[in-house]
Amino acid sequence: MDETADYPLELTGEDVPMVRFLNVTKRYGPLTVLDKLNLDVAEGEMVSVIGPSGSGKTTVLRMLMTLETINGGVIYVDGKPLTHMPKGGRLVPADPRYLRRMRANIGMCFQHFNLFPHMTALQNCMEGPVQVLGLPKAEARARSEELLEMVGMIDKKDQHPSRLSGGQQQRVAIARALAMRPKVMLFDEVTSALDPEVIGEVTNVIRKLVAEFKLTMLMVTHQMGFARDISDRVCFFYAGRIEEQGPPDALFGNPQRERTQQFLSAVKDAG
Amino acid sequence: MGFHWRWDFTWQILPRLLDATLNTLAAAGIGYGIALVLGLVFALAQRTPYRMLTVSVREAVEFVRSTPLVLQIFFFFYVGPQMGLRLSPWVSGMIAIGLHYASYLSEVYRGGLEAVPKGQWEAATALNLSTRDTYARIIIPQALPPALAGMGNYLVGIFKDTPMLSVIGVAELMHTANSIGSENYRYLEPYTLVGLIFLLISLPTAGLIRLFECWVRRKLGMR
Repeated sequence: MDETADYPLELTGEDVPMVRFLNVTKRYGPLTVLDKLNLDVAEGEMVSVIGPSGSGKTTVLRMLMTLETINGGVIYVDGKPLTHMPKGGRLVPADPRYLRRMRANIGMCFQHFNLFPHMTALQNCMEGPVQVLGLPKAEARARSEELLEMVGMIDKKDQHPSRLSGGQQQRVAIARALAMRPKVMLFDEVTSALDPEVIGEVTNVIRKLVAEFKLTMLMVTHQMGFARDISDRVCFFYAGRIEEQGPPDALFGNPQRERTQQFLSAVKDAG
Repeated sequence: MGFHWRWDFTWQILPRLLDATLNTLAAAGIGYGIALVLGLVFALAQRTPYRMLTVSVREAVEFVRSTPLVLQIFFFFYVGPQMGLRLSPWVSGMIAIGLHYASYLSEVYRGGLEAVPKGQWEAATALNLSTRDTYARIIIPQALPPALAGMGNYLVGIFKDTPMLSVIGVAELMHTANSIGSENYRYLEPYTLVGLIFLLISLPTAGLIRLFECWVRRKLGMR
């Protein structure tokens, strides 16, 4: 249980990744969801995570957002441990205060948007900057309006979420996450709950993000075409492990592992 | 004697009863105020990670809810002094009724809090909001609308339970009606008037609560 005591207190050297999963294990009771996962994401890299349901891919994002605790290993963000903190020259599980400081590096968008229903689009975006970052209201408003403009939602800024379509809500949710200026953005099946005809308006926003921002991004998706278009790297998860990973053209065009081939052909048949 | 209604007596005692109505309203208002705040404390205490605290608060709430209010009123007033706690009828009555309804309200709050979807907590975490801001700005505003109906019921409930304070001599409506009755050997008019006064206050209150509920939902942008 104390194996993490010997892990590095921070990552140093030439190519410190923005995110590093080091032997990360996650269990729910007797079920091992992730088994000694090792995964690096470089700064500015866009990594897509694909795989059958139950393969642990969403858990990867949720652990990184600190919505789930981990049962083994260490996650590092920007060279510093996230799940643990240095104490007396070794790593111990992070306390809430440390977690809160480190969490500022990470933003997340959810499958079901999770906008605050009692606030307008603009208020949703301003909430974090004002309450957490302590920005003056005017500055938070300017920043939020700029982002709502970018996601094409500026003319709906005073609407409550209940008045917005799924695609519109998700675009507001993206603006809300970006307003916190995270270094890492996580997208957890952000188009899965959307009607087919509005998926494009959300994927276009993400394309724009990739093109214009130098953000590190991790995306769990079922949209293979989108993942292929946009990612620097694709990871195929199977039974709690990375079965295969590589550049999108290689993984989709010429998968090496049998499970990857099976999965991709099953997805192709379904789509 | 029979059911012979005397109007002159009715007009004669009405001012005294209306005076007492103010006391009844004050008792209900103060008791409800205590219950609102204390109930929230009880509900939130049951959500902390400290097991000792959550278990003891849950047991205390269960205990208060399962024993009669009138017994609790007697206890504070008559047993209190034996334990060095000498309280006036008003104070002991307010503590008893406030505590009793706080227990009910804590369950209403708990239901409301549990009705807020898990995704809202996760979004608050993802935005790095503090626990305090998460409750005050995200969770409680959403827990409120579904809790309002129950809260309203208990407002009417506490109002109708204030006559129990008459047993320790708080000069509210019931106590005053009893006094009038025994002074004049006539109970028909005072008791009827008490019933009418309760009815005239309870009914509109229930309606106002429903209006308030709609207003809050609209205010929070929820349909």
